[in-house]
Amino acid sequence: MNQWPVIQILLPLIAAPLCALVTREKFAWALAAIITWGALVVAIVLNSQVLEQSPISYQLGGWAPPWGIELRIDSLNAMLLLLITGIAAVVITAARESIRKEIDEEKIPLYYTAYLLLLASMIGICITGDAFNVFVFLEISSLSTYALIAMGRDRRALIATFRYLIMGTIGATFILISIGLLYQLTGTLNMADLAERLPALHGNRVMQAAFGFFILGVSIKVALYPLHYWLPNGYTYAPSVVSAFLAGTATKVSLYVMLRFIFGIFGVDFSFEVIQVQHVLMPMAVAGILVGSMAAIYQDDIKRVLAYSSVAQLSYIVLGISIASETSLTASVVHIFNHGLVKSALFLCVAAMVYSVGSSKLEDLSGAAKRMPWTVAAFAVAGISLVGVPLTAGFITKWYLILAVIEYGWWPLAMVLVISSLMAVAYVWRVLDYLWFKPMSEKVAAHGARPPRTILIPAALLSFTCIYFGIDTGVTLGAADRVVQALLGATP
Amino acid sequence: MLNKPTSLVGNPIIRGVTVLLMAPILLFALYVQWHGDYGPGGGFQAGVIFAVGIIAHGLIFGVRATQRMISPDAVRIGAVIGWMLYLMTGVISMWRGAEFLNYSALVHDPLHGQHYGILSIELGVGITVASVMILLFYSFVGGGRNT
Repeated sequence: MNQWPVIQILLPLIAAPLCALVTREKFAWALAAIITWGALVVAIVLNSQVLEQSPISYQLGGWAPPWGIELRIDSLNAMLLLLITGIAAVVITAARESIRKEIDEEKIPLYYTAYLLLLASMIGICITGDAFNVFVFLEISSLSTYALIAMGRDRRALIATFRYLIMGTIGATFILISIGLLYQLTGTLNMADLAERLPALHGNRVMQAAFGFFILGVSIKVALYPLHYWLPNGYTYAPSVVSAFLAGTATKVSLYVMLRFIFGIFGVDFSFEVIQVQHVLMPMAVAGILVGSMAAIYQDDIKRVLAYSSVAQLSYIVLGISIASETSLTASVVHIFNHGLVKSALFLCVAAMVYSVGSSKLEDLSGAAKRMPWTVAAFAVAGISLVGVPLTAGFITKWYLILAVIEYGWWPLAMVLVISSLMAVAYVWRVLDYLWFKPMSEKVAAHGARPPRTILIPAALLSFTCIYFGIDTGVTLGAADRVVQALLGATP
Repeated sequence: MLNKPTSLVGNPIIRGVTVLLMAPILLFALYVQWHGDYGPGGGFQAGVIFAVGIIAHGLIFGVRATQRMISPDAVRIGAVIGWMLYLMTGVISMWRGAEFLNYSALVHDPLHGQHYGILSIELGVGITVASVMILLFYSFVGGGRNT
């Protein structure tokens, strides 16, 4: 029997409570690191299995799917598993030094517990084929995220956590209401089974209400423009490596849920013909792209710049979903992967700077390149990938997105994409200008030194992947192609 | 005389009643726990009821007295033990060649397997829930491990 799907969740889920018992931070870190790298290996195994046979189905407790909980892996969630565990593994390698400086020593084992729980729950959201199970794992991931953000040194981290808690709870409640309504309608929670039963109910008000609740709830989780309020503060005041992990994975998992429910459960016909959700998602995405990019230009904290840039970048993905053509979905799926890598790389570089300088304010970091040239170089590489310069990962998605828009002849939308790229140039350049060309600040002069290799090498590795996936596009585009075929095909 | 405010903690009636009630509360928790696979009940409810007994003791006799009885570290370990009991039940069925949490594979007879399996995971849930409830109480009254 193929036990790999459940092992993928079990590894971090078993290690998390053990970390809570360990009192020495060294052992807690070692355990968490071994388990996270192990999870990456399992994800690679699952990816190779999915290539041969898709989907892989696993019946929890031996109960057959429509009744029991099923783990179901196809090309879409296999890719997400690889992204989550990959980023988790790189970040945990860099985490030790950074965490020792940013978190009180007695809380460190609990930090690794929360980290592993977050990893387990995000894997769970992606791997499960059961709609209610998605909600359960969503709650676990939210709760562990609150704990992680609240561990930030700055006391404003507590307020940021509280805001996120309120917004996150509202979002999760809406998603739960939606799943409850679907269960009431069909009597089933299995995603594949739901997808079979729902087409008969297209005119049904309850199903339409379920869809509305779902879109609203998941938009909060994705941080789509008017509902993005929790994100910038959460990313800014969380410990640096937590921001690196969250920025690369948490919102991507929410986007996965959005894709899965819209295409895999409600279906293309219902979402885009009956409800016409594109008329809601597209304006919100366009506003998010413009407002997020504009806000990023005017921030004085480097983490805040990256956080607002995330709001814009996530909106690109939602824009691709709202167009729902083959090209636009390819752009979205590839961007989920590429943006995860780029943002984690950028936040890890910031973690390295915060480690030596002790602040993430642009003023305090000016002239940092003279003391830590490699860190700033890695930041610059990931930064140009964020802008979407050719031969970087960011370019691929921009290219496909503009192609998708032009297919329909929507030139104003193409203009929006070009303008937002120029705005990205502005905010990335502004940060680099501070780091490279401004005179050295007092803090950099006093504390600036090369950050430890354990942070620098993972950051540089992620930056390198941003270039690698911009040149060797066969892997990501090939995977995205399989994913899009499955999404637009009738079967989930 | 009648409306003179009195501390709950010093009130002999409340102290006496708490002493009398604590044992039945804990016993009832165990009843709900073991009865869970035949009728209404189960680990979650049992855990909460058990924790209520302990929390009542803390409210009336002071949290220090309760922590002398059950230390915060013990409660943390309890939470982990319950969690691991649940997961290990699943892992054992994997070990025996079935799916995670497939109780039928736990022992030679599937019917007994289902019975032991549900008892074991409910016990895990009960221990964890009781421990976490007590731990929440300890942290909110400031009796965590920092004080």
